[in-house]
Amino acid sequence: MRVTLHQDKCVASGQCVLAAQEVFDQRDEDGVAVLLDDSPPAGAHDDVRHAAAVCPALAITLAES
Amino acid sequence: MNTTRDVVIVGASVAGLTTAVTLRTLGYDGRLTLIGDEPHTPYDRPPLSKQILAGTWEPDRIRLRTDEELAALDAELLFGRSATGLDVAAGRVLLDGGDSVPYGSLVIATGVNPCRLPGVELAGVHLLRTLDDALALRAAMLRGPRVAVVGAGFLGAEAAAAARGMGLEVTLIDPRPVPMRRQFGDRVGALVGELHQDHGVSVRCGTGVNQFLETDGRVTGLELTDGVKLDADLVVVAVGAAPATGWLRESGLLLTNGVECDATCRAAPGVYAAGDVASWHNSHFDAPMRLEHRLNATEQAQAVARNVLGAELPFAPVPYFWTDQYDARIQAYGIFPADADLAVLHGELDSRRFVAAYGHRGRVVGVLGWNCPRELRTLRRLVVERAPWSSIGAQECLTAAW
Repeated sequence: MRVTLHQDKCVASGQCVLAAQEVFDQRDEDGVAVLLDDSPPAGAHDDVRHAAAVCPALAITLAES
Repeated sequence: MNTTRDVVIVGASVAGLTTAVTLRTLGYDGRLTLIGDEPHTPYDRPPLSKQILAGTWEPDRIRLRTDEELAALDAELLFGRSATGLDVAAGRVLLDGGDSVPYGSLVIATGVNPCRLPGVELAGVHLLRTLDDALALRAAMLRGPRVAVVGAGFLGAEAAAAARGMGLEVTLIDPRPVPMRRQFGDRVGALVGELHQDHGVSVRCGTGVNQFLETDGRVTGLELTDGVKLDADLVVVAVGAAPATGWLRESGLLLTNGVECDATCRAAPGVYAAGDVASWHNSHFDAPMRLEHRLNATEQAQAVARNVLGAELPFAPVPYFWTDQYDARIQAYGIFPADADLAVLHGELDSRRFVAAYGHRGRVVGVLGWNCPRELRTLRRLVVERAPWSSIGAQECLTAAW
């Protein structure tokens, strides 16, 4: 799985961090999401899919291999 | 998983589309019909009053799915079609033009319609709900320097901020004493008012509109309840919204405050509702709830999709919503009842960088962050855990949020 985070669309809701905190974090200054791991291990895939599905800005896209 | 076949979804915005996407993700391979009354393919609404109005984003950017992704849903997409009625006994949705669609399971996701005021039909008066509304309002804003915004809730406050960003002369009017009072209470609402004043908005709160002034069918200003007459080239009416349930009037469904549902978002056997139109019992707060929030549309649609397929699980989320105005990003988790208490947990109110908790009946029911996204996310747990109000260790305890 390949994760892409579109920071220009991010609204800093932090939903991705709540869903998959080993893959996403938030910047201190404005809360915009940062990607910690663009090819997370298989064990995290369900959480990352959930993060992408709930993101209220549709800022996360996934390429499933 | 049961043997549900023929799922029909009425409403093709976030809630309707997310229901369809989630059904397919969960493996539903039966017939799927998605009906939406707008001609556009599904798009996202929060940017309408922000980036679309400000002109910083092109409309294409708010599409919820590409054409390829929509095609991959393998659904019958009826866009630009309105549902006009529902026959529950026969299991059919009636459409404009007289035809109808049979369903095994129905998901109602028709959202809300903006409330109107007498005078709203005048040229120069704008409502803001759809992409077409937003584009028309932006075009008018490019022509007219004086904007009056009636209603200082989410939409009105964001529209005022966008108009100021374009250098327009803006007056923000609301009969309540401060902006966003219904959402956040007097204390935080007053800060929103100061924010707008600091950015050059004339904030006229505590004043309603007596009548729209006009010449030859075009608005020229407003007469306010305090007698003041205000010149305006255009007026934005943002005075709330009502559930879009007109088409369900004869259906027999209970429509007190939107489509009344049980804790699983089911309105009747085989009939569910999701998004702004749905009222259901949220067991986390033991309260009836109807939310007009972006994230709720997604989460409730996901829950409904699971329940359509037989999960029968209650939907009991901690709501999340946000608003962006100027450089302020205000985010909130939970509920904000009108008689809540308020306590500052982090930062200071006047610094416009803080997290505040809202307490109700001895529990934390909401947390609100102003330019504090990370801290707010951490403190969300107080709402999840329904922390006792006496336990939160506030730096500064204030007695009433309202």
